[in-house]
Amino acid sequence: MIEIKIDKKLKNFDINIDFTLKKNDILAINGKSGSGKSTILKIIAGIEDSNSYIKVFDKIYQNNKIYLPPQKRDIGFIFQDYALFSNLKVIDNLLYVNKNLDLATHLLNTMNIYHLKTRDVNSLSGGEKQRVAIARALMKRPKLLLMDEPFSALDEEMKFKLKDYLKNLQKEFSFSIIFVSHSLKESLYLADFILKIDKGKKIYFKSKSDFIKKEKIINPKIIKKDNKKYLILIGDELFFIKKDDIFKININL
Amino acid sequence: MDLSPIFLSFKLAFITTVILLFLGILLALWIETLDKLKPIVNSIIALPIVLPPSVLGFYFLVAFSSDYLKEFNLLFSFKGLVVASVIYSLPFMVQPIQTALNTLNKNMIFASYLSGKGKIETFFKIVLPNIKKSILIASVMTFAHTVGEFGVILMIGGSIDNETKVASIAIYEYVENLDYQKANFYSVILLLVSFFTILGLNYLTYDRNKNR
Repeated sequence: MIEIKIDKKLKNFDINIDFTLKKNDILAINGKSGSGKSTILKIIAGIEDSNSYIKVFDKIYQNNKIYLPPQKRDIGFIFQDYALFSNLKVIDNLLYVNKNLDLATHLLNTMNIYHLKTRDVNSLSGGEKQRVAIARALMKRPKLLLMDEPFSALDEEMKFKLKDYLKNLQKEFSFSIIFVSHSLKESLYLADFILKIDKGKKIYFKSKSDFIKKEKIINPKIIKKDNKKYLILIGDELFFIKKDDIFKININL
Repeated sequence: MDLSPIFLSFKLAFITTVILLFLGILLALWIETLDKLKPIVNSIIALPIVLPPSVLGFYFLVAFSSDYLKEFNLLFSFKGLVVASVIYSLPFMVQPIQTALNTLNKNMIFASYLSGKGKIETFFKIVLPNIKKSILIASVMTFAHTVGEFGVILMIGGSIDNETKVASIAIYEYVENLDYQKANFYSVILLLVSFFTILGLNYLTYDRNKNR
């Protein structure tokens, strides 16, 4: 179990938020820009100090006596700008974390970027950079993966692929995910739970099923069919669904 | 023709640059950690840019002959020139490195910490390689600026052969003695060196923009 109680004073407001997560859970923190969501990730990672209580499974990262530095936390962090080491090639970004070449090769293959391994990271596209960042974060087999606005720079198709990559990696490496996003719709792509915040305070904590109304989709317009997945248009919203899906995501809840 | 003033200029510039390379990086890193003191420290470091060299030279003269520093025999010596040049050229080394550190993506440093690496390893493997071009540019600027030093040296170095008589001083002396041919000889060398330094610098920064 991951237990997090954030307590942080900011200039304009304080962040006071608590939540728990189980192994392999995916939580989206939702809120407007400036609501403190990126700060929460930085606090959990230990790169922003606070008076929080953070416990990840059997290890206390911080309480009023203990404060583990980021180096000692089993956390992978995908920054919004990916923060790849621009002086190192793709493969060296991974090997910087540890020298396990087999793991690095495996991760690059899993993320479909093995062909990029000797490329200069500055020459990659946004989506490629993100996959390198995810592979790099997993080199230390984190128990918790933090992602800052993972969908913001991706097109619709890449958003869906990102979900596949992460789900596959989760099966193999077993880690929980907390990501922040300003968009509820994007959050529902990936998250099991949604924590909506404003000015550092919880508005609600809901599970994904609260957003899904089971009803048959009437007259979906199929835009694109690809390997048993359909990109469909319902009203004016685009959705990816698999063949037997019969739900509609109602984002106006 | 006696080339020793030219060699002395380059020797002074080289030693100054090497010292400032370490001092400049350390200072820039230290300034980054400052909070309220930062504007004050930055202003002190920038002083040699705006101060007339004669003012700087005058205070060196006072300092070098004070009771605290007298025993080091810095006045009218090569050692003294090195000390003065280090301070005179300090902003040319510190400021570009500071700018580079400021524009360096902080998340990259955090990513290194989260990769399990400490501050020292992060500095040598991530920070330094990412600002090396700025360090190179700062070094070239420092070297060139020190070669062109005149006023401060005139105040505290005098004109002792192979000790403090650098090229700029030699030129001044030859002009005073109306020996324009010799003055021209040294001047042409300094002119060419300066031009090719700036040219090299322009190629460096040109490449940098292209890669971006």
